[in-house]
Amino acid sequence: MLKIWSMKQQQQKAENEGAAGSKKKKVTAAQLRVQKDLSELSLGTTMRTEFPDPDNILSFILHIEPDEGMYKGGHFSFTFNLSSNYPHEPPKVLCQQKIYHPNIDLEGKVCLNILREDWKPVLNLNAVIVGLQFLFLEPNASDPLNKEAAEDLRAYREGFKRNVRAAMSGGSVKGVTFDRVLK
Amino acid sequence: MASVEVYPSIEPLRWKYLDRIRTRPGPFTDLDVFEGSAVAQNMDNMKVLVIGAGGLGCELLKNLALSGFKNIHVIDMDTIDISNLNRQFLFRKSDVGKFKAEVAAAFVESRVKGVSITPHKCKIQEFDEDFYMQFQIIVCGLDSIEARRWINATLVDMVDEENPESFIPLIDGGTEGFQGQSRVILPTMTACIECMLDMHVPRAQVPLCTIATIPRQPEHCIEWAHQIAWDKEKPFPKLDKDDPEHITWLYQKALARAEEFNIPGVTYSRTQGVVKNIIPAIASTNAIIAASCCNEALKIATNCAPFLGMPEQNNYMQYSGNDSIYTYTFQTEKKPDCPVCGNRARDLDVNLGWTLKELIEALAVNPSAQLKKPSVRTEKKTLYMQSPPGLEEQTRPNMDKTLLELGLEEGEQIGVTDPAFPSVSFKFALRFK
Repeated sequence: MLKIWSMKQQQQKAENEGAAGSKKKKVTAAQLRVQKDLSELSLGTTMRTEFPDPDNILSFILHIEPDEGMYKGGHFSFTFNLSSNYPHEPPKVLCQQKIYHPNIDLEGKVCLNILREDWKPVLNLNAVIVGLQFLFLEPNASDPLNKEAAEDLRAYREGFKRNVRAAMSGGSVKGVTFDRVLK
Repeated sequence: MASVEVYPSIEPLRWKYLDRIRTRPGPFTDLDVFEGSAVAQNMDNMKVLVIGAGGLGCELLKNLALSGFKNIHVIDMDTIDISNLNRQFLFRKSDVGKFKAEVAAAFVESRVKGVSITPHKCKIQEFDEDFYMQFQIIVCGLDSIEARRWINATLVDMVDEENPESFIPLIDGGTEGFQGQSRVILPTMTACIECMLDMHVPRAQVPLCTIATIPRQPEHCIEWAHQIAWDKEKPFPKLDKDDPEHITWLYQKALARAEEFNIPGVTYSRTQGVVKNIIPAIASTNAIIAASCCNEALKIATNCAPFLGMPEQNNYMQYSGNDSIYTYTFQTEKKPDCPVCGNRARDLDVNLGWTLKELIEALAVNPSAQLKKPSVRTEKKTLYMQSPPGLEEQTRPNMDKTLLELGLEEGEQIGVTDPAFPSVSFKFALRFK
């Protein structure tokens, strides 16, 4: 082992970096990565973040107010929870309102490929929020999580649009009452 | 010059043949570091830590004890389950429910005279660096990537250039069915577990929509019960994957769904397998991998032969028994941008009286940083974030506070990111002037 240690010291001399580092109060890889993701976030005009505890950046809320498409005028919010394993695990994202959407179920679970099966550590928070934004512009009937809504969309687009409006104003669709999300 | 004599240790007969190997140089022995006469005593004084007392752990403890290691510690938080008994051979039926670490330690101690095994029935995360510092070699037989990453990051962070004892080789074994691997990590010198992380492909996940709407396989029905039905009905406050009552509930839900979609194959044990993410373990694969890990430990401890993982050499042995037998030993390289070993904190001289604004300005002119719009955090506190806007507003008042007022401490690390340099993030350890 002494041999490895002397090799180690030679290597260190070669690098000559002076990387000393303390033994306490370290910044972990997950925290640093989330910090990087957040500082590169581009939210545009339709989205904003809310940090209930600014010191805990692993947990926040994303507000989306689509300015076009069928969900225009609505206000939707999603809780984001990142684990200490991020980015090796995708963020956990839940919609806080009960909404009528083919890819979001009544409990707020979101069917977005990059939040589950297609997540990769090279993806970042920007990719996720763009994905969420896209769900409101182009609800996808072929990947349903709310089967009834998906069938409505597939069967008759205009009827689906009317249902979206009704649900967004706090009405009910086929016996299910939705949260009011209009401002 | 090394001698070719055999130096007997305390129990000459038991160790006679081991001594022929460990105290005599072989054709590849590096004679600069090999000292046959000191080997037995060195090993008597050496402390080895085994992490995990399961399939690999039982093998490792037995092998290390029989290879002449005298002082072994073992950590495992788990208790013995009846399903472990087919391969975790240090346990008997009467041990079910007891702590693995304790039973395994007592068993090996009783069989191998002169060895001391200290059990720790807890999580590895419950110990600090002072604990890990007492060992000279650490061997892992874990089933979780998360635990590997934790011990890896801990050992890399521990390395202190001025203290040889802070440098502890890590030997990691892993198996899955007929496949396995052994690797040796010399923290900060060779590729670490984080550098190699992309070699572990996580299990393919099924899209949530498939589970929710068009199940085709029994696993889809079980995932539906686990991820959707449970949340909706909450039959118990919190899912305990080890509680048979909870698994039975999931099994019955999955079975009903499978019948609805006409899918055969949902059973209780399959339900348990999917929910607990059980990977089939094969006793002999564990034996092969544990044997290779133990031999590397023996070679590192004695220098009697070159070991896996010397700098610039092969550090990873892959074994596959899926298609006949295949083994391949190769070198994985250190990643320059590895978040654990490639990005060690640099010292930053600061003054406690500085305001945060002054610190941030210092980062801009620091030759090794030269940042434009730095955002700064400690592990626990967001000091200042340039964006997103809400967070910027919340942290702006910190700009005029001094480092003292912000509670920063000597040696504390700060993480610094800057969107102008998207591929880098910095860590600095604060040094007060």
